[in-house]
Order: sequence, then C-alpha cells, then structure tokens
Amino acid sequence: MPDDVSRKDFVALIGTAVALETLPARVAVAGETIPVSTAAEAATPSNHLASAPSLQSEPEAYTYLTAPESAFVEAAVERLIPADELGPGGREAGVAFYIDQQLSGQFGYAAKMYRRGPWVPDAPATFGYQLPLTPREVYRLGIAATNAHCTTTYGKTFEQLNGAHQDDVLTALDRAQLQFESIPAKTFFEMLYGNAVEGFFADPLYGGNRNKAGWKLVGFPGAAAAYYPFIEKHNVPYRVNPQSIADLQQAEATAMASMPGMTAGQSAGPMDMSVHHALAKKALGVQ
Amino acid sequence: MATMKPVDAVTIGFGWTGGILANELTKAGHTVVGLERGEFRDTYPDFAVPGVHDELAYAIRYKLFQDASKETLTFRHNPAETALPIRQFGAFLPGDGLGGAGVHWNGVTWRFLPWDFETRSRSIARYGAAILGEDCTSADWGITYDELEPYYDKFEYLAGIAGRAGNLKGKIQPGGNPFEGPRSREYPSPPQKQSYAMAVFDEAVHKLGYHPFPQPSANSSQPYTNPEGAQLGLCVYCGYCERFACEMGAKASMQVTLLPKLRKSPLFELRTNSKVLKINLDSTKKKAVSVTYLDAQGREQVQPAEMIFVTAFVFNNVHMLLVSEIGKPYDPVTNTGVVGKNFAYQTGTSATLFFDSGKVFNLFMGSGALGTVIDDFNGDNFDHGRYGFIGGADINQNTNGARPVQFHPVPPGTPRWGGRWKKAVAHYYNRTFGINAQGGVQAYRGNYLDLDPTYTDIYGQPLLRMTFDWGPHEHKQSAFMAGINAKIADATGASRTIVSRLAPHFDVVPYQSTHVTGGAIMGSEPLQSVTNKYGQSWDVSNVFVTGASSFPQNAGYNPTGTVGALAYHTADAVLKKYVKNPGPLA
Repeated sequence: MPDDVSRKDFVALIGTAVALETLPARVAVAGETIPVSTAAEAATPSNHLASAPSLQSEPEAYTYLTAPESAFVEAAVERLIPADELGPGGREAGVAFYIDQQLSGQFGYAAKMYRRGPWVPDAPATFGYQLPLTPREVYRLGIAATNAHCTTTYGKTFEQLNGAHQDDVLTALDRAQLQFESIPAKTFFEMLYGNAVEGFFADPLYGGNRNKAGWKLVGFPGAAAAYYPFIEKHNVPYRVNPQSIADLQQAEATAMASMPGMTAGQSAGPMDMSVHHALAKKALGVQ
Repeated sequence: MATMKPVDAVTIGFGWTGGILANELTKAGHTVVGLERGEFRDTYPDFAVPGVHDELAYAIRYKLFQDASKETLTFRHNPAETALPIRQFGAFLPGDGLGGAGVHWNGVTWRFLPWDFETRSRSIARYGAAILGEDCTSADWGITYDELEPYYDKFEYLAGIAGRAGNLKGKIQPGGNPFEGPRSREYPSPPQKQSYAMAVFDEAVHKLGYHPFPQPSANSSQPYTNPEGAQLGLCVYCGYCERFACEMGAKASMQVTLLPKLRKSPLFELRTNSKVLKINLDSTKKKAVSVTYLDAQGREQVQPAEMIFVTAFVFNNVHMLLVSEIGKPYDPVTNTGVVGKNFAYQTGTSATLFFDSGKVFNLFMGSGALGTVIDDFNGDNFDHGRYGFIGGADINQNTNGARPVQFHPVPPGTPRWGGRWKKAVAHYYNRTFGINAQGGVQAYRGNYLDLDPTYTDIYGQPLLRMTFDWGPHEHKQSAFMAGINAKIADATGASRTIVSRLAPHFDVVPYQSTHVTGGAIMGSEPLQSVTNKYGQSWDVSNVFVTGASSFPQNAGYNPTGTVGALAYHTADAVLKKYVKNPGPLA
C-alpha cells in the first residue's frame, strides 16, 4: 500500500473485505510461496497434469483437452504471450489450464448461446457467430486441422515446431490464410486468442494468471479495489501487491477466525447503510 | 392454469420504471404486483465483495445479462436480408434479473436538451426540411422539456445524482453545462472527484474554447438519504461498475433507492422468476384484463389487473405489444402502423490517446459515471447548416475502470500478439486513456422491430426481429465528431492517437452501447405513435408503456434520466387523472 494510506480508512472503505495489511504473509504473497510443480508429460489422453505451477498444493489435471491438444494449446499460448524479461508467458501463467477449465464448464458447452436453427454458417461477420459448434468442438476441430496442416507442411505437429514456424502457423490462422474443411481457421484463432487474453488477465481463481503474472505485468491491483483517498493523487504511480478474490476471501476467513464467536459466514449481515455511513464519514472526516 | 387475486396494477418487468410506478401507486393506496422474469437479487449478499470484483464472470461471461439461450432477437441490416439470430450478445447487453439493466449500468444520468423533444420541428424551422432527408422519420415527442422538468428533478433526487447545475431557472452557472435546459434546483449531490485523465481532458478542451463540466452521475459522491428514506452508500471508485453490480449500495438502482420502502408496503407484492408471456384483452380489444405468466416452476398463471404497466427493456416492451396484438404493427413498405417503428440506437466515435511523456493515469481507479464532458457539439448546440446532419454527441472522458481483460490498448502498428504486443501492453496500460463521442441516432423508415418469421425463443414465441443500419445522419455526425476528437487529442499533448469512426454498416459483434430506443414511441398522433405522452396506449387505454422504447429517436445522451422522468410523468397522470376517470388521457 502507498505510505500515506491510513489502515483505518482502508478498512472503512472496503466494506465487508478486510485490510490487506492484516493478511498473514503466506496469503499476502501467496504467489511467491506456492510450490511449483514440475511439468507433467502425461501418457494418458485425459486427466493428465497441467504444466504450469499449481494454484493449490496439489497439481492440477486437464479434464477436457487430450494430451496432444494440451500440448498444442500450451505451445500456442506461449507464442501468443511469450515469456520474456518482463515476466512469465502464457505457459507459465497457466493459460492452457484456464482454457481447459473453461471448456469443461458453461463456456465450453455454449450454455448461454442461442443454439436453434436454421444455421447460416457463411453469414457475413457483422452477424456474429453463426456456427452450430460449441467452443469445445471448435478447439477439437481447430487443433486437429491445424496439426494436420503442420504435419503436411513441416512433417511435425505444432508443438514440435520451432518458435518461428509456430508464429508462421498462428499468423496464417489469424489472417485466414488457411482453409480447413471442418472449421474456418479464423474462427478457431479468434477463440484461442480471446481465451488466451482472458486466461492471462482474469482472476487466478479460474486457473490462469498464475502468481498474478498478468496483473503484475501491467500493474493492475486486482480485486481489492477501493480508491476513494487515491483517485485525486494525479500522475502518481500506485504500486501494490495485487490481490485476488481468493486472497481476500482467505484473509476475511482468517480475520474472522481470530474474532471470538465469529465465523466467516457471519462476517457480513445484510448491509446496514447507517453503519456504512458512519464508517465512511469517520474515514473521510465528513461531519 | 390458476387465476390469481385481482389487483389494481401489474408491472411487466421490475427495474427502474416498474419500481417507480409501483412505489407511486402503492403510496396512493393501490395494490400492485411486480412480475419479474429474472431472479431476486440485492446489494447483500448478491453483490458482496470480493466475489463481485470478478472481471471474467461479470464483464466477459455476462453474469448479469439476458441469457441468449432462452431469449434473444434476430438481426438484419435491411429488409432485403434474411435476419439471423444474435446467438451471443455483443453490440448491446440487455440486463436480466431484478432491477434490470439498472443494476449493471454505469450511472450516467442526463436530462435531454429541450431541442431533443422537438427534433423534427426545430430542425425544419432552423435548416429547412431538406436537412432531414426523405427516409428520416425522426419526430417530436409530444412532450416538451418544460413539461418534463419536474419529473427529471424527482428522479434525480430519488437517485442522489452527483453533478453541477449549468442552468438554474434560466441563469447560467459557472462550472455546469451551459447548454442544458433550465433546472428548478441544484443537483442533490456535489460532483464526484476528478481523475487525472479527466483533468488532462478538461485542460485540453478549455484550451480549445469548449465548456467542460462534471458528468452527472448516479455513483454517490456523498452519503445520501433520498425522499423515500433510502440510504445510498459512498462510491469508492473501485473501477468495477459497468457490467457489474455495486457492493457499496452507492450506484443508484431500483434495489437501492426504492426496494427498502416497497418491501414494507402491504399493498405491494413482488414475484420474481415470473415470465410474462402476454397481455390478455377483452372481446372489444380495447381493454386489457390480465397477463399470463409462467411462474418459477413453469406453471401458467393469470394475474388480472385494472392497469397494466409494460416496464421491461426496450426489446421486451415492443415484443410484449406485438405478441399481445396491442397497436398496429409497423410496415415499412407502406409506412403505416406504429408498433416497432422508429427503432434507434447510438453512435460511438472514440479516440485512444497514448502518452510517452511519463504521465500515469491509474485508470483502474474510477466509477461508471465518473467523467468530464463537453456538450458544445450535442443536439442543436452548434450550427449544423454546413454539415448536412442533425443531432450531435456528448464528448467525454469517462474514467470508468480498466479491468485488463477488456482494457489493454496498444498503439497503431503494434502486432496483435507476441513479444512486441506484450511489451506494448505492459508499457501503455497505465499511459493511455480514451475519449468518446456518444452520438444520437435519427429514426428512418427502414429501421424497425417486428416478429421474426423463423426463429423462436424457449417459450415458443417468435423472436423479435431488429432491422437496423446506420443512416446518413450518423455517418456524417461520426466523421464530424472524429475531427473534434482528433483536435482534443492533439491539445492534450498525446504522443499518438487512434481515432475511430463509424463502420460502413452496423456490426452486432463489438460492444458499442446498450442504449437502444424506440419501437413503442410516444407522440401526439395515434397514426404516428404507439402511446400518447403519458405512455398510454392509444388502442388499449389501461396499458401504459414506459422506458426508452418511448423515444421517437435517440439523443446523444445516456437514456436513464429521461426514462426515470417519463415513468414519474406517467405515474403522476395515472394518479391525478386516470384512476379518477379511467379512459384515454389524450
């Protein structure tokens, strides 16, 4: 936190969350202290291990992508967001695992998409997505078609290519220079690209953005957001250790456990605005 | 099917307008049932931190938005095309659940200009009819700013709007919007704080001789108790506002401003998870008797009522009238009929400013409606004679958060991905801000809503079909605003700028604005409008329609202030005139 931030102000302003300064060290710097699992090359096609450092103490396993598919996605997200002197890339940030988890859930099954026919898949782009394929199917077909192209052109699958050739393949997908029978190359690329950006910047609870690599790259403070005292400090950098939703929930649970007679579930009753007003006025010096 | 106990009034949808009408009617002693298709939700526990600060769930996976797998609409640019379903929302994001779009909104709360209500007649008077063009069906509203002023005031005090008056009873005030219509009193709350990006914008537009002022905001700038006794919290500039719900009770919504009082009223009953399928008419087709809805378990229920208020989102209001056969559907070929007519939208002409000077903007601090605005090029605030279009845009710097999945701008010439992209994202994330011209859209003969002949929703009803494309006024306006944006960007000292303008054709994919309007427009002529100025159906006088579906065309402002004012205007007419003598009010 910036030096001039009063802890009392922050506690008052963040409402039901708790002050970051009270976090136990293992939570406040959770990213740095989590053990890094070794990259697993699973022999079985499903439930094989993710190669990024685990979010939890146990390593995580892929649930939708097969081993060849996860190898493809891990390689692709690392080219889209490469590791460099600024920090981790897509692979280390867990972006492939994020994508796998998304494909295993509501997004993967297109749960909120209108999916009744008739279908007009070749409609102009201004009509939006018009394919009957779910995101799960888009990945399955897109990876297979791209790998077939790689095998024909280079004699290797995508993840076996060198970085320059991988970039050539991704560029060809991005520019719709490849024609696949099963799926438009551009459709597959746009989904992969969009999901990679999500996985790099979304809250770590979804399996990507490991160690808040994406947030640290840009200086985004994360979920602990209450800036009343700071927003008028113009042109002054705001540097904090970013906090995720899990960090804040953990901190709240820890704080509640230390209070006699309280459990986390009791921490916040229906919001009492008069209490909130009193806190806000006190913190802000308003009479 | 069961028939429920009759009540005085039922609302179809329960957001801002349903809440306002229910509150006014119950205060006057009438029984009201609010029917809401979505879930019940309130500040606690539904919007509690830290869970609500989740960009993926709320902003990307659309937690608070209409579920397109259940209900969506179809789209085409013109009648020669075959409309296709909007399979996932993009350009606009209709809300879902109690409070509607008034939960995930930003909170920008305008009054429209006096000119906006008399767009057609004032344009013709100043420039001659030729400026409209032959297909332009923009119209006067049948109500004036002066008639609506007391109701704007009422809504602003309900919602605790933070702002600075620019025109108090005709006297121009320093620091406010000098172009606004006269207001009877100051805003209830002082303006919000100023971000650095706003300050840089403010200085630049001052230099150019324009007139900046704080954007009117429903993000509370002080602890505030409204006339209904409800308390608003204090906005802490968390930067999770647009597409999110407010954990602080600081963003005005139906829940925050009205629900505490409504929940105590024995005359009011709220039924959530209740999807209204249609309004039932009697044999004369001149009177509505009830609504049919599906309850949470999917059972059909009938709720009889003396008055029926159509208080859902624009699309749902128009859909409800069409499936209930209230009013004659609009036919663009013959230019007859009214329901679905004058569908309009909003233009966005933006600029992204990149600074290599070392300035840092901390845009992740902000609130939905936090902004500085100029109104010099809105409405008819400047001479359009040379430019050949009518209407205009507010031009704003809106500091409404910078969650990184959505916000990671890079300068022109940067690749879309790879090492150079990553470096540019890291460098510019905190050295960039945007400005936006939010422009009005005129109504045209070919832009309208009707029922789709092919696609249906999960209830078996036809989807609403939207036929829409940008017209000549919008293209000319956007080109003009792009020029102003470039001038402003230049005056800020930005190193590089991306200036956008309207694409040749409307595209449903990228988010643009949820400010859709029209289709159930108000007016002074039954052959030209769906309702009179009270929102009362010309055809079925105990059906009232509220919301932005009433706008005959769209202004260069966010709609909610006007939506709230119109709801209060309707409530007042119902209570003062209609209930004493039911029948047409005009």
